[in-house]
Amino acid sequence: MNEIVIVDSECANLNSICKAVKAAGLSAVITDKPDIITGAKAVIFPGVGSYKHAMQVLEQKKLVSPLLASINKGTPFLGICLGMQLLFTCSEETHVQDSTNKIQGLNAIKGLVGRFSGDLPVPHVGWNKVRPVAGHPLFYGLGNNSYFYFTHSYYVIPENNENILAETSYGINFTSAVIRNNLLGVQFHPEKSGPAGLRLLSNFGKIIAGKEQ
Amino acid sequence: MLAKRIIPCLDVRDGRVVKGTRFINLRDAGDPVERARYYDQEGADEIIFLDITASVEKRRAIVDVVSKTAEVVFIPLTVGGGIDNVQFMHELLQGGADKVSLNTAALNNPNLISQGAERFGSQCIVAAIDARRRDDVQAGKTSWEVFSHGGRQPTGREVISWAKEAEDLGAGEILLTSMDADGTLKGYDNELLAAVTNAVNIPVIASGGAGKLEHLYDALTIGQAHAVLAASILHFGTFSIADIKKYLSLKGLPVRPVTGNKDYDLREEFLG
Repeated sequence: MNEIVIVDSECANLNSICKAVKAAGLSAVITDKPDIITGAKAVIFPGVGSYKHAMQVLEQKKLVSPLLASINKGTPFLGICLGMQLLFTCSEETHVQDSTNKIQGLNAIKGLVGRFSGDLPVPHVGWNKVRPVAGHPLFYGLGNNSYFYFTHSYYVIPENNENILAETSYGINFTSAVIRNNLLGVQFHPEKSGPAGLRLLSNFGKIIAGKEQ
Repeated sequence: MLAKRIIPCLDVRDGRVVKGTRFINLRDAGDPVERARYYDQEGADEIIFLDITASVEKRRAIVDVVSKTAEVVFIPLTVGGGIDNVQFMHELLQGGADKVSLNTAALNNPNLISQGAERFGSQCIVAAIDARRRDDVQAGKTSWEVFSHGGRQPTGREVISWAKEAEDLGAGEILLTSMDADGTLKGYDNELLAAVTNAVNIPVIASGGAGKLEHLYDALTIGQAHAVLAASILHFGTFSIADIKKYLSLKGLPVRPVTGNKDYDLREEFLG
């Protein structure tokens, strides 16, 4: 397999991600087939919309185990937006009627997904600065304060600081990129972040190539 | 800090852009894909296509426009005009749009906002509101009325209450056009903007009236808008997006840099 596998979680922006990955010089295929995900040399896991619905889709399509298998065997893995949030233990994103229950995620990174509160408008929509907390190949060539495009109402709160790869300010400082070994996640949308986003996707391609050598 | 967004709006009819005079360097200035790419390269933070196609049969052209644009433009794309069902929203989003803007159809059927938000997420749903001022001189009060059908029909609805309702139904942003200011080049209706931004807790995009650089600044400060839509001043070449961003930046507002940002030097590497 020479292509990056983009997981079909039935979210609306799959084609945008595929187009951007191709513009960044990489090849990709969209799939919801468990065996292709397990066997992929690299995985991009996108998502937009509701946490609960996305988890239901993953369960219906029997993708939870293949995704975890792929992560656990060291496959380069990039979660985007809700895709990153789904990697966490659980989310506070619930419907009013069952607000006492948190929704369980994939638990590949320990931590919670919480909602923005305070005076600023929610969702957090637009271009904001991303500050990598340490050097990492994903942000190679992007400087310490590149703008990326965000659109989200919830943000991740990793239990362990070592999972924080980058931060962004929106009333509070929140985690805008995460890492756990081969597992990477970004809250922003690289596919909609112009040249900076294409650069990040290209960097992910270089991480995959480095892994193969 | 979140940057203030500058958003060019392209009016598209039957798959062609209808306004603009300054694009002598483009092979085909009427091609929405070329025009979107032009503004992207100039530093636009987002692009809005407003489909003003009259006939329902020809509306499908916009899906093709979006799909082709999404292959070469990697910033958010919003599509508005004639969107009246969830299936059409789905086709546009699948094609590469990031948001759909709902106007008349949402006034006729407010559930369209909640259906779209539940299916695709609030971040995909923009409520577009066309507002006209109603000054009650005797009471010394100003209010605004919502108009539908491209500003042709009064609805009797009050703008602030409709904006709040749209937020409650799940809209993720409001695109607020002042019909009084639109086309005048005399500045946005900042009183309207401030009234709506203070009433809702979702971002508001200011539209209608930009003629000078200070008008954009005023909309973002006095009007407290989170983004500004601009059409004529960009299409007729009064200002470039770089002019706008330089001005706002010198006045102390955060903007995503257009030049002097090495991200932009990478563009050729990827897009040729």
